[in-house]
Amino acid sequence: MRERGFSIARIPGFGVVAALTFFLLYLPIVTLVVFSFNEAASLSRWGGFSLHWYETAFRNAQVRDVAWRSLWLATVAAGLATTLATMAALATTRTSRFKGQTMIYALINQPLMVPEIVTGVALLIVFAAIRVQTGYYGMGYLVLAHTAFCIPFAYLPIRARLETMDLTLERAAADLYASPWQVFRTVTLPLLLPGIVAGFMLAFVISLDTVVITEFVKAAGQDTLPTWMLGQLRRQVTPELNAIATVFLMLSVLAVTVFFILSRRRP
Amino acid sequence: MAADGTADVETRARRDGAAAGGTAEIEIVGLTKVFGRGSEAARALDEVNLTVRRGEFFTLLGPSGCGKTTLLRMIAGFEQPTRGAIRIDGRDVAGLGPNRRPVNTVFQSYALFPHMTAAENIGFGLRMLGRPRREVEAKVAEMLRLVRMEPMANRRPAAISGGQQQRVALARALAPRPRVLLLDEPLSALDLKLRKEMQGELKRLQAETGITFVFVTHDQEEALTMSDRIAVMDRGRILQVGSPRAIYDRPADRFVADFIGDTNFLEAVVVRSVGDAATVRLPSGAVRAASVPEGLAPVAGGRVTVVVRPEHAALAEDGELVGVVEEAVYFGTDTHLHVRLDTGGRFTLRRQNMAGDHAPEPGAAVTIRIAESGLRVLRP
Ligand SMILES: Nc1ncnc2c1ncn2[C@@H]1O[C@H](COP(=O)(O)OP(=O)(O)OP(=O)(O)O)[C@@H](O)[C@H]1O
Ligand SMILES: [Mg+2]
Repeated sequence: MRERGFSIARIPGFGVVAALTFFLLYLPIVTLVVFSFNEAASLSRWGGFSLHWYETAFRNAQVRDVAWRSLWLATVAAGLATTLATMAALATTRTSRFKGQTMIYALINQPLMVPEIVTGVALLIVFAAIRVQTGYYGMGYLVLAHTAFCIPFAYLPIRARLETMDLTLERAAADLYASPWQVFRTVTLPLLLPGIVAGFMLAFVISLDTVVITEFVKAAGQDTLPTWMLGQLRRQVTPELNAIATVFLMLSVLAVTVFFILSRRRP
Repeated sequence: MAADGTADVETRARRDGAAAGGTAEIEIVGLTKVFGRGSEAARALDEVNLTVRRGEFFTLLGPSGCGKTTLLRMIAGFEQPTRGAIRIDGRDVAGLGPNRRPVNTVFQSYALFPHMTAAENIGFGLRMLGRPRREVEAKVAEMLRLVRMEPMANRRPAAISGGQQQRVALARALAPRPRVLLLDEPLSALDLKLRKEMQGELKRLQAETGITFVFVTHDQEEALTMSDRIAVMDRGRILQVGSPRAIYDRPADRFVADFIGDTNFLEAVVVRSVGDAATVRLPSGAVRAASVPEGLAPVAGGRVTVVVRPEHAALAEDGELVGVVEEAVYFGTDTHLHVRLDTGGRFTLRRQNMAGDHAPEPGAAVTIRIAESGLRVLRP
């Protein structure tokens, strides 16, 4: 049967606008990827195909250093954020309603609503004070900041999954002599796992991508890939940055794809 | 087959217990459940008293919203009573979680674990009880055989049909050999043919295992054909408990009479009343004997409602009731005649169709004779 209601696709010029949007959205990315394979050191003049810039980037000790830091930070922060988000999601869906539940929901999602720059400045001030007090200058601050920032991104897919999960399954497990912990381990957790992995992937990408907060929190020598690239832009720009960005892009696309597939799979 | 032998002895022992009038398996005393509070409070169960005997097929029957599921959920331990007590096998289960009660549930939605195979689902309860692997495997195989699901042992719930899921759910609940199996409308999601088949299957499983079944339904025919005893519920109360025959032939009040089977109600005046028998005068003036519910002593001269089942009345040359056929509905083997009585009110009876004769047409004047012992006085 044909849909008779309002259809935005029937407005004249819709196709053109849609095509233009996609064009503008993806042209820069395509250009970026194409020029990462440029033989010449130019970002606008094509000098033949080569993997030269990938090699340069790979041999660049500085690039390797910041890339590892980014990956390490994203893994640790996303792992912590996912664990906390799972507990938060269980507490907000699997307990009887308690006072202040809505408030907690709002608090968990705070980083989605407060401008990043505000969070960044706030963290800068607090961490500066702690640094002075304790003399600790390690990666802990970045881990803490990234974890807090990533929690809502991990929380949302996990909570969505929990909400669509049939409560009678957990009841059935309890009825069949499973203790509360066994119910969680044998029924809730396995069924929740796709949501947890999806939450982790999303948190991972967000952490990998965060510039503003890292910029405010990092100490000397704690550059991540994005902040390092930003620094490089102020100097001379070569297709080496394109090559790094392309690898970065592939990694993000991969993570987002995994997230997408997992969050669409029905329980 | 030594295990089967002992199981048989156990089964027989349990059934004999039930036949001998029955030790109580579940005792429910003054059970009340109120949901919400203040002006929104809803009384789902109201002072329910009930005894389920060991090894019997006990049915809770009642219209939607009467509290059947709530009662079952409190026996299982998913819900806490507002007041009252539940004893299972003589032990008060207040405060025990569902995992610590010797009771298993077959859920209306089956609630099979989607990430486990049929066999893993069936073995779940035994694994949680920490039984050795060998024993679990043997029991799962036995259960698969019992519900005739051996070929599907390694399939996930999503890959088997509704009826097969139903069997797995049954096997899963039976595998730990609970004292009591609770079944909440387990057949309502099945189509008619499968439903008939599963009704037989359930009876067979109950007989073979000797486990006490508490079965919930709002289908009166299902209740009548399957149960040893039925409790009829309405608005959180138990109105009558008895064998299917007792409930059908001797309904205690108007609700039970109306809810179970087709029923005719007549207004009558008591002429005489002795024990569980009375004589009543029908609106047409005819005086007839009628049975009386236990403990109800109608006073002579008082007005009462009497009930007549359609199959306890027939067309005849002379009888107690006179009226005009309003409608004749053909049902193959019989025809249902809806008659407007001359004294007011309607009366339905069934007339067997026989070769070569025809039922009266609408508009025909008829006389109805009520069978001996076909009249019963209801509680007001
Ligand atoms: N969690 C709850 N909160 C509030 N009211 C409830 C709750 N559960 C049940 N009730 C109410 O209690 C009453 C009995 O519900 P219950 O589910 O036991 O009915 P039922 O006999 O099983 O009906 P059905 O045949 O439709 O399944 C209903 O009026 C229902 O609205
Ligand atoms: Mg119900």
